[in-house]
Amino acid sequence: MSPSVPDSFVTAESISEKVKSGEWSAVEILDKYLSQIEQHESEVHAFNTVLEGEARAAARETDKRVASGETLGPLAGVPIAVKDNLCTKGIRTTASSRILENWKPPYDATVVQKLFSAGATLIGKTNMDEFAMGSSTENSAFGPTRNPHDLSCVPGGSSGGSAAAVAAGFAPISIGSDTGGSIRQPASLCGVVGVKPTYGGVSRYGLLAFASSLDQIGPFANTVRDAAIVHEVIGGHDPKDSTSISEPFPSFLDGLDHGVEGLKIGIISELMGGIEGISPEVIGKTREAASVLSANGALIEEVSIPASLYCLSSYYLIAPAEASSNLSRYDGVRYGLRVQGETLAEMNINTRTNGFGNEVKRRIMLGTYALSAGYYDAYYGKALKVRRLLAQNFDEVYSKFDVLLSPTSPCTAFKLGEKTSDPMTMYVNDVCTIPSNLVGHPAISVPFASGNDGMPIGVQILVPPMQEALMYRVASTLESAKSNEQ
Amino acid sequence: MNNNLKDDWELIVGLEVHVELGTKTKLFCGCVNQFGDEPNTNVCPVCLGLPGSLPVVNEKAVIYAMQLGRALNCSVGRSIFARKNYFYPDMPKDYQITQYDQPTNMDGYLELPSGVKIGIERAHIEEDTGKTVHVGSTGRISGSDYSLVDYNRAGVPLIEIVSYPEIRTIDQAKEYVEELRGVLLALEVSDAKMEEGSIRVDANVSVRIEGEDELRTRCEIKNVNSLRSLGRAIEYEANRQIDLYENSEIPSQETRHWDESDGRTRPGRSKEDAEDYRYFQEPDLVPLNPNTETIEMIDQGLPSFPSERRMQLATLAQMDVSEIALIVERGHDGFAAETINSGAAPQVVIKHLTNNLSDGLGELTPTAFASLIQMEESAELTSTQAKKVLGELVLQGGRPQEVAAQFGLEAVDTDELETLINQLITDYPDEWERFCGGEKKVQGFFVGEVMKSTRGQADGKVINQILNERISD
Amino acid sequence: MTEPISEEEVAHVAHLARLRLSDQELEIFTRQLGAVLEHAKDVEALQLDGIEPMSHPFPLENVTREDEVGEMLEREKVLDQAPAAEDGRFQVPQILGEQP
Ligand SMILES: [Zn+2]
Repeated sequence: MSPSVPDSFVTAESISEKVKSGEWSAVEILDKYLSQIEQHESEVHAFNTVLEGEARAAARETDKRVASGETLGPLAGVPIAVKDNLCTKGIRTTASSRILENWKPPYDATVVQKLFSAGATLIGKTNMDEFAMGSSTENSAFGPTRNPHDLSCVPGGSSGGSAAAVAAGFAPISIGSDTGGSIRQPASLCGVVGVKPTYGGVSRYGLLAFASSLDQIGPFANTVRDAAIVHEVIGGHDPKDSTSISEPFPSFLDGLDHGVEGLKIGIISELMGGIEGISPEVIGKTREAASVLSANGALIEEVSIPASLYCLSSYYLIAPAEASSNLSRYDGVRYGLRVQGETLAEMNINTRTNGFGNEVKRRIMLGTYALSAGYYDAYYGKALKVRRLLAQNFDEVYSKFDVLLSPTSPCTAFKLGEKTSDPMTMYVNDVCTIPSNLVGHPAISVPFASGNDGMPIGVQILVPPMQEALMYRVASTLESAKSNEQ
Repeated sequence: MNNNLKDDWELIVGLEVHVELGTKTKLFCGCVNQFGDEPNTNVCPVCLGLPGSLPVVNEKAVIYAMQLGRALNCSVGRSIFARKNYFYPDMPKDYQITQYDQPTNMDGYLELPSGVKIGIERAHIEEDTGKTVHVGSTGRISGSDYSLVDYNRAGVPLIEIVSYPEIRTIDQAKEYVEELRGVLLALEVSDAKMEEGSIRVDANVSVRIEGEDELRTRCEIKNVNSLRSLGRAIEYEANRQIDLYENSEIPSQETRHWDESDGRTRPGRSKEDAEDYRYFQEPDLVPLNPNTETIEMIDQGLPSFPSERRMQLATLAQMDVSEIALIVERGHDGFAAETINSGAAPQVVIKHLTNNLSDGLGELTPTAFASLIQMEESAELTSTQAKKVLGELVLQGGRPQEVAAQFGLEAVDTDELETLINQLITDYPDEWERFCGGEKKVQGFFVGEVMKSTRGQADGKVINQILNERISD
Repeated sequence: MTEPISEEEVAHVAHLARLRLSDQELEIFTRQLGAVLEHAKDVEALQLDGIEPMSHPFPLENVTREDEVGEMLEREKVLDQAPAAEDGRFQVPQILGEQP
């Protein structure tokens, strides 16, 4: 094990309990994590900004409130790292782009507000692929993040900084965003738990948009239970997000230990060899996970989601299309970078040409093309229909099954630079995670095994929309089965 | 109708009217929707398009839009928002949220006072842009050194009402805009002020030889700030196109700007970017889908509109629609009806409302108005007197009899009083002697006699004045 | 075999997106976008008539807010973040071309 990965960790839940009972002080806890950051951040580079001063002040405030007998929230005194595409008032929010290098938002994202209300201490803003476009965190304008398990490997992406921060013990929990797998894939590669909630389950207000109809914010944690706790904190209806679901979700924690006895679990055959490019090792470990669940009383069967064959193509039309429009506003007029020009148009062009990295440019152009007159029907229009087809496939399968199982990532963490030359090679990393984004369903990646290279392998658990309680229950079963084995 | 076009040519006009809705707040955020505030003070993350911000639709704007749609006889159905993508600094997100292939209102018509119905293609909801001022020697966009942007107006709710190209004369085009204003004011959804830009009109103008079926190339004329310039712009543009055709040239389809001072339209600058707006459904907003109960509720709450009101008043007054259209336009038709229903002669009611009450009704009540007209009709007041009394009733209120009395404007006019007093002098020579001798109390006798014979309708002050004049004779 | 996208098309798209490409970049991006579009041919080839496009993953309707004034930003804070401002407004270089 790499020196960057701590031998043991404490859960967010226990920190909060002990801070609230006065057994531990929030400042003490914070200092432990800050010293871990001090020791290993230079090799991992999980953060764009470490908020040492702000975090100390917040932790001191928490301790004061505990001392004065105030009732604090479920994350009292828990240090948390937040992806740098979530707005933090007065704190640099860059999306790892030159174009926003010095931007300080005048407002907090709803999720950030909720974390503060729950008592969490913001320890830093994490590195990511620029505007969340990537699967390795190599597309950051501020340099790549490295995998704490092997510093020559990528942590996955785009929320690589948030995944690495938890894996390296820089924070017990963190927040990422997932548009095509950007939480689950790095969670799998870094050996932590990562969740993409139901679309509309967590407010997107204050999340720098990549692809609005796919983006969803979710937690990283060391344990399924911690992830569920954070998810409960950040979830819920937000009137500032028109796509936010107003009906309440059932508690994610209540049935966590109820097991999987009698559940019907389908393994998605297309992701178990049906589609090329998924490593046999990963497929094998996913089958092992299925056996574990089966041993715990679940009924396992292979199922088919035929439209998953077209997910990657559809995703790489829909996401860039939305992104091309979402990223137009970075024009050098109101905020962020401006590179001067004689005329407005020249200034716009100079700013965007210098401010965006190649992957962002590639996707903006791809999306502009997919939406342009004459191509809309062939590309974007078709992709939206595939999306419907996929939703129908899932509906059908879920009429017979409660839960679905698949790999999270087609491979374990790869070397830095290994996949940067060919965009298509990189895009394939999302093949297992994209379907959930296209249909808006929740999914979780749970660390389950290690590969021959010693790198972590996660498995993905998928459930119908708003059924997160069930998802956490299955994940928790898998998690405890794994720790019993060890 | 004369369009000042050359013989044989027919004018074809379709109008696109943008209306700013009078909601308290903007379309997608809680910022104040107000004209004339300090620049960039009514702004928030949403209407500045800050990263991470999201729009939420103003319920009131949707209701206003549906009301307008129903008033324009449109079908109101499921609608979705779309993004129209193009770069321009007054648009904070560099896309405009509008409605594209599924607008809130489709397929209606507006009936003009002349009875002509102009088809409405659609009336959709969209957000307004900010305002740009150009700094430099000319103050215009060309030749400016740089520009300054104010986003107070960015995100103000607009309805764009697009007519079919069914307008055939300049007068019809003006009538259409006037009539639309009337509808907007009746609905109270906009202050509908063309000068302040709360109504903005673009005209799609083309011409063809009378009798042709096909439409020819059209030009979109922008920057028309008054009804008068609308008329002038259309006329100029139509003749420009005719001249081109007559020189065997073909106008190119383009946007042209009306220059009020020059009295001509000029081609807009390069529009190559504008050709491809890459419309797609706005993923940050969900569809609007009013159910039948909502539509019914909207319908029931609608006020009556100019066309119906004209019909009602014309029927009541037994006059032609064209004679009473102005009164409806001023919103005085309800008042007219009440006055007529109190028994006043419709012709006179309409006459006064048309000619003498153009500045408003002030303190005038229908009852007082009706009494005044009765006095005029029964020759108690001459029409000149009636007009004077009317003016006073507007200012002060009160009953016309009293006002007329104050002015000494009764039908028992000064001449009549003089005749009466001369007769009294003849009839009562002794009393007159005493009065002339300085016995002031005899004055009361004469006043009393005059009052008796005029049944109190004479003005005492006027009587005293005449009596005093006679002494000095 | 025809390329899925030509250099001219990429140049046009870059222009629409307000990006400048060097000749070398144009060549590379054309090749890379071509590869993605080549992959998308499977979608392009699908027969999907009669299938309703799905723009939103979760079917919500009629989400609105009341017409009530909310929090606005202080102008100074807004203009603080602007690359250039003057007279309480955002400053931009000379605009050629009018609003479409
Ligand atoms: Zn606002």
